[in-house]
Amino acid sequence: MTTAPLLNVEDLTVNFPIPGGWFGRATSHVHAVNKVDLTIRPGESLGIVGESGCGKSTLVQAIIGLVERSSGKVVIDGQDFHEARGRRKREIRQQMQIVFQDPQSSLDPRLPVWRLITEPLHVRGGMSKAALRARAAELAASVGLRPEHLDRRPYEFSGGQRQRIAVARAISTDPDLLILDEPTSALDVSVQAQIINLLLKLQRELGLAYLMISHDVSLVRHFCDRVAVMYLGQIVEAGPAVQVLDSPAHPYTRTLLATVPSLKHPLPELAATRVGELPNNRILPTGCYYRDRCSFAAAGCDRLQPLVEFGDRAGTVSMSPPDKAAWPRSVRCHRAQAGDI
Amino acid sequence: MMSVASSTTQSVAAAAGWKSRLHFFWYLTRRSPLTLVGAVIILMVIVMIVAAPLIAPYNPDKLMLSARLQPPSALHWFGTDEVGRDLFSRIIYGSRASCVAAFMIVLISVSIGVVIGCMSAILGGRIDTAIMRLMDVIMALPALVLAMALAAALGPSLVNSMLAVAMVRIPAYVRLARGQTLSLRERVFVKAARTFGASPLYILRWHVLPNAMSPIIVQATLDLGGIVLIAAALSFIGLGAQPPTSEWGALVSTGRNYILDQWWYCTFPGLAILITAMGCNLLGDGIRDMLDPRLGGR
Amino acid sequence: MMVAASEILKPTGQKPAALTIDGLSLEFPTYAGAIKALDDVTIEIGASEIVGLVGESGCGKSVTTMAATRLLPEGRYRVTAGSIRLFGRDPFAMDETELQDVRGKLVSTIFQEPMSALNPTIRIGRQLVGVIQRHEAVSEAEAERTARGILKDMLIAEPERIMRAYPFELSGGMRQRVLIAMAFSCNPGLIIADEPTTALDVTVQAVILRLILDRAKRTGTSVVFISHNIAVVSQLCDRLYVMYAGRIVESGPTRAVLEAPQHPYTQALLRCLPERVEPKAELEAIPGTVPNLLDPPPGCFYRPRCPEANDQCFAKPPSMAPAPDHIVACWRRETIQPSIKASEATQ
Repeated sequence: MTTAPLLNVEDLTVNFPIPGGWFGRATSHVHAVNKVDLTIRPGESLGIVGESGCGKSTLVQAIIGLVERSSGKVVIDGQDFHEARGRRKREIRQQMQIVFQDPQSSLDPRLPVWRLITEPLHVRGGMSKAALRARAAELAASVGLRPEHLDRRPYEFSGGQRQRIAVARAISTDPDLLILDEPTSALDVSVQAQIINLLLKLQRELGLAYLMISHDVSLVRHFCDRVAVMYLGQIVEAGPAVQVLDSPAHPYTRTLLATVPSLKHPLPELAATRVGELPNNRILPTGCYYRDRCSFAAAGCDRLQPLVEFGDRAGTVSMSPPDKAAWPRSVRCHRAQAGDI
Repeated sequence: MMSVASSTTQSVAAAAGWKSRLHFFWYLTRRSPLTLVGAVIILMVIVMIVAAPLIAPYNPDKLMLSARLQPPSALHWFGTDEVGRDLFSRIIYGSRASCVAAFMIVLISVSIGVVIGCMSAILGGRIDTAIMRLMDVIMALPALVLAMALAAALGPSLVNSMLAVAMVRIPAYVRLARGQTLSLRERVFVKAARTFGASPLYILRWHVLPNAMSPIIVQATLDLGGIVLIAAALSFIGLGAQPPTSEWGALVSTGRNYILDQWWYCTFPGLAILITAMGCNLLGDGIRDMLDPRLGGR
Repeated sequence: MMVAASEILKPTGQKPAALTIDGLSLEFPTYAGAIKALDDVTIEIGASEIVGLVGESGCGKSVTTMAATRLLPEGRYRVTAGSIRLFGRDPFAMDETELQDVRGKLVSTIFQEPMSALNPTIRIGRQLVGVIQRHEAVSEAEAERTARGILKDMLIAEPERIMRAYPFELSGGMRQRVLIAMAFSCNPGLIIADEPTTALDVTVQAVILRLILDRAKRTGTSVVFISHNIAVVSQLCDRLYVMYAGRIVESGPTRAVLEAPQHPYTQALLRCLPERVEPKAELEAIPGTVPNLLDPPPGCFYRPRCPEANDQCFAKPPSMAPAPDHIVACWRRETIQPSIKASEATQ
């Protein structure tokens, strides 16, 4: 069953000018996001993993309109979000909402909970205070807050409860897509489990699609259907979460996974961790972006690598049945494609 | 290492709600009795302004030529002036002109300053630069000279002097409000509101102003003391309240003629100015400490 | 019973313990009452041992080590019971100069945010040389040579460039490596690492952990590693202490505790990790929240969230008692099965 995509990101690029010259003219650019394509269909979850500075935050900020794109498209419902104006733009906005990392800072400390939860509706206008309160009570119940919480202010809550408030706010407009920006990394593990369970429950009940960015690989494996691994503003590997994270193909994904602390394996030896720093993203490297840190670098890596569909080791492109779990895998590495790794 | 202690204090304040805020106020008052002193002084001045006719024993404008320049006595607590008016009553009534003037000046400069400051931060770009340079120019004007120029142009009156002082105080609030707006604009909850499609005006009304107000109120309270002094200075040089209106600065000014033989004439209005200004400063400091979470647990 | 418990905890080496904390209780007075941050905390860090302190935020793990090095703000806390021995000496009996001496020569602390521990206006090289010269009477040139050597040990490729740099010119991972270099520079007997990798990416974290581990093993330095991340502690530490609400709830050799956890809290902490269950399955969250330490509940602090609690758990806080291969503070330890094993997740 092929459903129409909810969100289509095509060739999205974000550069930030660095003012440095006379009269504040930009002399160079930070290349935060470089030609990213991704698709999210209704009801599915896509995870984006990568280290800080890989551009995952900028990517979602560009999708939701907090950052101006440099080129490319963010298509929702057949319309480019960045081109839409006026009422149409507001309509599109209602369809995707974001939950930020730290609920301490994403909730205005001076507003009561009912007002926080219904802020997107309040911005849209056209609802009476009583109607907003009624909706707030409904939303609060669905995220596990009690009615007496509605008149309290954020500082009276624990971190987990605050994140529940933020989730309630995000689903207030009945969106189709929720963007989750490290939604549990500011929380303790026991509370993280509560929030993850809540998000999974809401997905089952409301048919929400999620776009989650996280550095926690085991969380993404648990939570997401598909995953995209980002490095230096590019997607280097993508595919079904369990497949990619259990048997990574790209050398970067392998390094990343080897260094994730786990109860299952001991601390990796230093050789495996490839001591090194992220390359400067003001001047993009030529060829494969990961070449300088890659232990498999060889001839041919000085060519720009395309993101190509990836079969199993034998090199046969798997044409699996078109159901959700078996989405095609793709990898941006000619050596992985050739089965050399 | 400080963060451990301060974060525990914060979380405790957070956990206990408004009831503990009352506690917190008492805790602070106990720890900083000067705040309490400031609050009591300001309260007394407010009572004086509101209930002047009830407190003052005499009509402040009633001449009693038989009792000119009397020293303080049971009949006239602060003595009398050169035409036999009761100085105690004149100081009580004088609080109206002096303090109300100072309050109006602060009110005008805060409201204009905050509007300009927030606009400047939101509009940004060249408009922002132009506004800020204009503020630099205004800041360079001396308040008293400007008041004298206005008085020369429009005639000496309390209102004209007030406008002059208010104008010179505006840039301080523009800078404060602009800084607050710029830093609040980067806060995540404002970003969240932007993703809901909130307009700049909505964000200003619901997020920026409520969160920017507390430092502005602190600044205004601290300023009030200084402005009580400026208002008195204006009256002292004859640019403020005109006779026969009673005003503290004007009282000191007239009393100056008698300073050698009739010490009380200058002293009591001068003390009134001093105590009021001090009260504003103490209260302002106290409020600042109370609103600053880093100092809260000290 | 207690003899057996301390038997298990005895460090293997013959050298005296680096840090011994015995029954420490500590509180922070506030306007709303005293926050009981630590309650009867007993910890022993033997010579050349790497020991983990694990627990969620606010459980008192940082407070414990900060109390031991007297880094808590003076006058803002009260020690109500217990004693601390740092290399056999009582830190509360030391004056400021002795403390400075101990903090530099015997104990080094690595904090989570490396920027706050470096002077932003002085080049890295000068700061390193300063630290070395403060503790050893060596010439400028010799100190510089030592500094370069330590930076090399930290796998820093161009020590010269780093030494000429100001802190803000370095990445977070590089700064943390410089700080570790600084911490090891005067050969301390004990290193306290307070969440040193929490702000860093996993690839950088792996490097930092390796560096700490290798260097400590090589020089025989004891390490107290504070973390909220049980996986990190499991990879690094010989022994661990699990803390909850200012009390130690379970401790012992890392493998013993993680493979057969006895305390319901430790069990729950391991169960709520997503790597242990099927994708999309419900995670076992711990219901409720940590107790308010202004007014903690009677008996066991974990009791309000504990599925196993009975009347005995109300009556009084459990004391540490032996479980197989380690010790645990739980009244119900006899009846609770070590329900999950770390190895179970290894399929």
